[in-house]
Amino acid sequence: MIRFTNVSMRYAGNMYALRRINLFIEQGAMVYVTGRSGAGKSTLLRLVALIERHTEGQLIVNGQNLERVTGRRIPLYRRNIGFTFQDHRLLKERTLFDNVALPLVVAGYRYQEIRKRTQASLDKVGLLNKAKAYPVQLSGGEQQRVGIARAVVHRPALLLADEPTGNLDPALSLEIMRLFEQFNQVGVTVLIASHDLDMIRKMRKQIITLREGKLLTGIGQTLNEHDNEQGTEQTT
Amino acid sequence: MSKVRNKQPRYRFKPGILVQSWLIQHLQACIFSLGQIIKNPLGSLLTIGVIGVSLSLPAGFYLILGNIDRVTEHWGGGLEISLFLKQDVELSSARKLAADLSGKPGVSSVEFIDREAALQEYRENSGFADALAGLAENPLPHVLLVKPLETLVTTGRGEELLASLQNIPEVDSAQFDRQWALRLFTIIELFRRGAVILAILLAFAVLLIIGNTIRLAIYNRRDEIEINQLFGATDAFIQRPFLYSGLIHGVAGSLMAWSLLAIAALLLQNPVVRLSSLYHSDFRLIQLRPEESLLLIIIGGLLGLAGSWVAVKRNLKDIGLS
Ligand SMILES: Nc1ncnc2c1ncn2[C@@H]1O[C@H](COP(=O)(O)OP(=O)(O)OP(=O)(O)O)[C@@H](O)[C@H]1O
Ligand SMILES: [Mg+2]
Repeated sequence: MIRFTNVSMRYAGNMYALRRINLFIEQGAMVYVTGRSGAGKSTLLRLVALIERHTEGQLIVNGQNLERVTGRRIPLYRRNIGFTFQDHRLLKERTLFDNVALPLVVAGYRYQEIRKRTQASLDKVGLLNKAKAYPVQLSGGEQQRVGIARAVVHRPALLLADEPTGNLDPALSLEIMRLFEQFNQVGVTVLIASHDLDMIRKMRKQIITLREGKLLTGIGQTLNEHDNEQGTEQTT
Repeated sequence: MSKVRNKQPRYRFKPGILVQSWLIQHLQACIFSLGQIIKNPLGSLLTIGVIGVSLSLPAGFYLILGNIDRVTEHWGGGLEISLFLKQDVELSSARKLAADLSGKPGVSSVEFIDREAALQEYRENSGFADALAGLAENPLPHVLLVKPLETLVTTGRGEELLASLQNIPEVDSAQFDRQWALRLFTIIELFRRGAVILAILLAFAVLLIIGNTIRLAIYNRRDEIEINQLFGATDAFIQRPFLYSGLIHGVAGSLMAWSLLAIAALLLQNPVVRLSSLYHSDFRLIQLRPEESLLLIIIGGLLGLAGSWVAVKRNLKDIGLS
């Protein structure tokens, strides 16, 4: 599904945010990306969503080489991805319904279809009764769930979640993770950035660890020698 | 580790529903833009007001000129230039000159008055026959009556023709029979050109006003633009509401201009009627005809669209995703 080959990423003028990442994530997998603050977790997700472009190496998502996804192909590519943000990024002056419906509106669905799917999605995160409310009227956890409803409403093949449990209590975090698990069980590939190690261990899924932009541990066997060396160097 | 392998995903990559009704998308964008304007009426009203005033000025000048044209409609028709030829010009060359001039651009017709015939006529009609008989030589010159094209006069170029006729070697002097009318037309023409320049400047002003309004709207909604882009909105989708917003502001502005003109006409109607009755005229102010009103609205709409298009092209690049 996602293959990183020697991928590096450097923000303009800065140090490398990601360095020579080699990684393969299977279709239908659920993978956690962990690491300290500034390790490059968000950057990794942003590369896959084409919010940023990698500067070196090759990145292939669902058979598409991202270097060739340019111009008019970008929106089409993004319609198959669901993204939740570290900072929710809900539109304040729109109701929950409108916020969640956004990916469908953007793709030009008919209103009947939009209403059906948006309600289903809100129902899934348990907020259908607040469809007419505005984001400020919600708690942090509820806002996070609205972001998740928005990320899955268009039934993407790939779900990228950046710190979905950022400031939530353990019970709520687990609840949200279970939600992701449900999506994963119907075939969505899920990639979650999180530093909440306790919770991640409870979920018993594949884990990728980043440190200062390098891959410290990859997914089981897929971790290649080269990265391993670099990773160990870093730790010593 | 629990892996979800070999499981056929229910949701595959697919291009999504792209070809949804084009009309519905446009309708959505249009209604959305209207909604935004209604939500924030103060800023929009200000913009529309400024556009209205800006458009009403050139449209008002257009009307004033139209009214002047109607008043002076027949003033250009009867004008004639009298060319007094020099005394030594032969009859044959005078006739030739008359023929040449009638082919000159801007000249409608040329009437030749033979000096002998003129003298004869004078003798018969003036009552000075005896006095004239005593003259050894005919004191009258040959005269050419040049009738300029009416359009030439009413567009203020009569004086040019007069000057060029004056420069012909055989011509002693050239005179317009109603010099003041000529002056008037020249002044009107000047006014007309001024109005055109003003219209162009104000059109630019409208472009800038709309461009600025749309630019602000883009910056106010950059979060939304970014989220839209992230969930796969095309550039067209993002631009559409802003373009509609420009169009709506432009059209609303021209409706405002139209109303301002109607109010002005209403206020002027009575004084004009009173004035024209003093001159025994039944002159009435003309107002914009339906097709002219439509044109005003189309011009406003196009200016709005153009202004927002420029703003969108220039500002959307700076924000949003790479
Ligand atoms: N827009 C940016 N411009 C420049 N540098 C950036 C930008 N975003 C991130 N970085 C840098 O890239 C590195 C990785 O950042 P990233 O956001 O991926 O970290 P993270 O692992 O998500 O951290 P956190 O857990 O705090 O969210 C950091 O050193 C950061 O300073
Ligand atoms: Mg982050």
